[in-house]
Amino acid sequence: MASPSTTTAARPLPRRAHEDPTWVRWLLVGIALTVMTLLVVVPLVNVFVEAFAGGVEAYWNNLVGDPDTLHSIFLTLMVAPTAVILNTIFGLAAAWAIARFKFPGRAALTALIDLPFTVSPVVVGLFLLLLFGLQGIFGPWLREHDIKIVFAFPGLVLATCFVTFPVIARELIPLMEAIGSDEEVAAVSLGARPWHLFHLVTLPSIKWGLLYGIILCNARAMGEFGAVFVVSGHIAGQTDTMPLRIEKLFQEYNLPGSFAVASVLALLALVTLFVKTTLEWRTRRDLEERKRLAAQGGEA
Amino acid sequence: MSISVQNVTKTFGSFLALDNVSLEVPGGALLALLGPSGSGKTTLLRIISGLEVPDRGAILYQEEDVTGTSVRERNVGFVFQHYALFRHMTVFDNIGFGLRVRKRAKAEIRARVMELLRLVQLEGYENSMPSQLSGGQRQRVALARALAAEPKVLLLDEPFGALDAKVRQELRQWLRRLHDEIHVTSVFVTHDQEEAFEVADRVVIMSKGKIEQVGSPAEIFEHPANPFVMDFLGNVNVFHGDIRGDRAAIDTLQVPLSKDGGDSSGAKAFVRSHELEIQRERNGRPALKANVVHINPARPVVKVRLHAEEFGVWLNVDVSWDRYADLRLKAGDTVYVAPRNVRVFVHDFQI
Amino acid sequence: MIDVNRRVLPGFGLSLGYTMLYLSFMIAVPMAAGVWKASSLSFAEFTRAAFSDRAIAAYWLTLWTSFVSAVINVIFGGLVAWVLVRYEFPLKRFFDSLVDFPFALPTAVAGLVFGSLLVEGGWYGRFLVPLGIEGAYSRLGIVIVLVFIGFPFVVRTLQPVLESLERDVEEAAACLGANRFATFTRVMMPSILPAVITGFALAFARSLGEYGSVVFISGNMPYRTEIAPVLVVNRLEEFAYGEAAAIACVLLAMSFITLLTINLLERWSARHHG
Repeated sequence: MASPSTTTAARPLPRRAHEDPTWVRWLLVGIALTVMTLLVVVPLVNVFVEAFAGGVEAYWNNLVGDPDTLHSIFLTLMVAPTAVILNTIFGLAAAWAIARFKFPGRAALTALIDLPFTVSPVVVGLFLLLLFGLQGIFGPWLREHDIKIVFAFPGLVLATCFVTFPVIARELIPLMEAIGSDEEVAAVSLGARPWHLFHLVTLPSIKWGLLYGIILCNARAMGEFGAVFVVSGHIAGQTDTMPLRIEKLFQEYNLPGSFAVASVLALLALVTLFVKTTLEWRTRRDLEERKRLAAQGGEA
Repeated sequence: MSISVQNVTKTFGSFLALDNVSLEVPGGALLALLGPSGSGKTTLLRIISGLEVPDRGAILYQEEDVTGTSVRERNVGFVFQHYALFRHMTVFDNIGFGLRVRKRAKAEIRARVMELLRLVQLEGYENSMPSQLSGGQRQRVALARALAAEPKVLLLDEPFGALDAKVRQELRQWLRRLHDEIHVTSVFVTHDQEEAFEVADRVVIMSKGKIEQVGSPAEIFEHPANPFVMDFLGNVNVFHGDIRGDRAAIDTLQVPLSKDGGDSSGAKAFVRSHELEIQRERNGRPALKANVVHINPARPVVKVRLHAEEFGVWLNVDVSWDRYADLRLKAGDTVYVAPRNVRVFVHDFQI
Repeated sequence: MIDVNRRVLPGFGLSLGYTMLYLSFMIAVPMAAGVWKASSLSFAEFTRAAFSDRAIAAYWLTLWTSFVSAVINVIFGGLVAWVLVRYEFPLKRFFDSLVDFPFALPTAVAGLVFGSLLVEGGWYGRFLVPLGIEGAYSRLGIVIVLVFIGFPFVVRTLQPVLESLERDVEEAAACLGANRFATFTRVMMPSILPAVITGFALAFARSLGEYGSVVFISGNMPYRTEIAPVLVVNRLEEFAYGEAAAIACVLLAMSFITLLTINLLERWSARHHG
């Protein structure tokens, strides 16, 4: 029996990777991991190191001891969820309309939803100011009725909404298109009314994607800076959200303070990532289950 | 160019795909690897090509050990089940790819591609894109592409599996004619017994990583080596029984055997559907009483399904049209079914 | 299929109506306000505000840094996507999740951190500054932070495309005698190219509007490190609303053009990939 002569033939290599020579593989993996470490891992670690540089007590003081910082945390915790709720309703409506129906202008609508990703948040904030600011279009009317939008809570919510509204919609639209409408059509044929349909059929099938969209939207809402910066008037203790607080502390050369707040947001980002990985895994498993059941149905 | 597979074993994780398989493919032959899914036929083909590497064993092309040679250097023509055409290239560029990569002159490439287009009967399509072609046309392009660099070995992985029945038929015959013209050593994989028998000179039947039988289609059909082969070839009725000396006791039927088989139980008797005869009366031959349950006349032969109640056995019998007319069978009739040619297997060998 | 849905499934009118309402409120109305305000300037004033030397310098800087960072992202992001899809290595799942970190992290934090890393005493700065590489308060810093922001866009655009590359086509190329390099350039690249371009466009578009992170790291020096959004805010703080609106309109035009381009690219690539 002739025996193999070269090493590449003798070693049983995993199917996928056998197509690239080993040294190429290791080189590419090495570069990729180095890039990611320098670009993502090190900055991530740096946030926490700088935040805790003065010790745990100083860290805690920076967060809780400073009333303005504390207020910014509360403000963020109110603005972001409000924006998320509004955007969730929008996301569901948009996904239902776009993923389930065909109509003229559908492609344009889908593209339009992507607009906030390309527009500078500063531009958004400016336009909101021009609408609702003291010299804005509605300014005089608002002042008459003593309604405050800019430099106040509603303005913050509006600005945050604008910048983050695509997130949930963009998560749900491809998901609902992939799932297909077969189950819902079947439910209607069985007599389901809209609320039943939504509650019993649609919602359960999109729950993981929806949850992920909500969590991601929340992370982005809490971190929104540019639009809120313009619209808030950055009145410390009143209209500074956490990102704005970071900037203010930075301007005041209070680095430990700003890092302390930054670390909370960084932690939030990590939690978001963790939830995302879990949910993605769940969604994928759900979709595969669906496909498997459909295939089995065909065989049986 | 001959191919020699020597004691090849291949495992994927914990799954044993090929178990010490050896095979000789004579130069210029057209050989079919036939078997159910999981039998290892595709793995064997891929190992012959170099796309997979065996854990143990060797592959020789014309006495030369190529086990350690990469697939690139082996100059094999491989045709994939789903064509694997380069979507963004024209038919011309697809076919000429192998030559271009080997840095042949433009004029040479052009001449060869045109020659191949003529061979596969796709002249005029050189500037078409694969997406504009039908399945059958795409497969012919894939074939032309594989043949362009004059490979010494042509390997095809279920080449007609993704096509309609009619196109499949046409391409089968077409492959046979092509091989007669070019005489390249060719091996193709299929799970379709009819296809293997119609196209190939030699057939290799595989199951669970082992070769069950090798031979010409006629040899295998006449003398199946074991129950698996018999069953795989289809159109067969199976009975269980015991051997007693020179008789097999299949239920209450006594079938004389050509030689003494000793005494044992657990024998299986195979009778092909066309080797069972339906009679209106018992004519002295050993026969089973059965009821006609269903008649399917929409075939070249009439397919009759019967139930032999006493033995709890279902029977499938092929009846010629003439005989069917003579018998005037209807569903519900009670008839007698006599075997004409019984193959009895004890364990794996035939008596 | 969809026609059936319109007859059968409820809520079309309601959902579409609400969507349009929300979008017009979120997009159309503010845009109108901006354009209205900008149009309150005379043509000469508008041109002066929107195309002053300082503004032009800001646009140029914005476009240039976005372009460079998008190119860098295509190279390294493409590499990372390739490695994540095709190879196995320890901690792969961990790194895969980490790709989205810049997307989830607030831009202000990103700016803060990179500022502190690149400044003279920082973790990177202590090696780079002696070599003459000034990260903080420089254009380089802007590019670095934009690379961070745009990184997930390229990787996540390329990953599905790389995953859908069929293996048998690569095997076919190998059987026909192509080495890995030839297979990559002649067979795989053409299939990936549309996604690469889309990823580039997305990263570019995202960088165009970036504000939060750049503010921390650039030092915002006019004509040198002042990007266009910063100039808008600057004008706002001086209560020159008209001027700010003018520059904002130019930025908006850039966004629309980019959005249109991305859309056309996606449609072109979908057609070509059939």
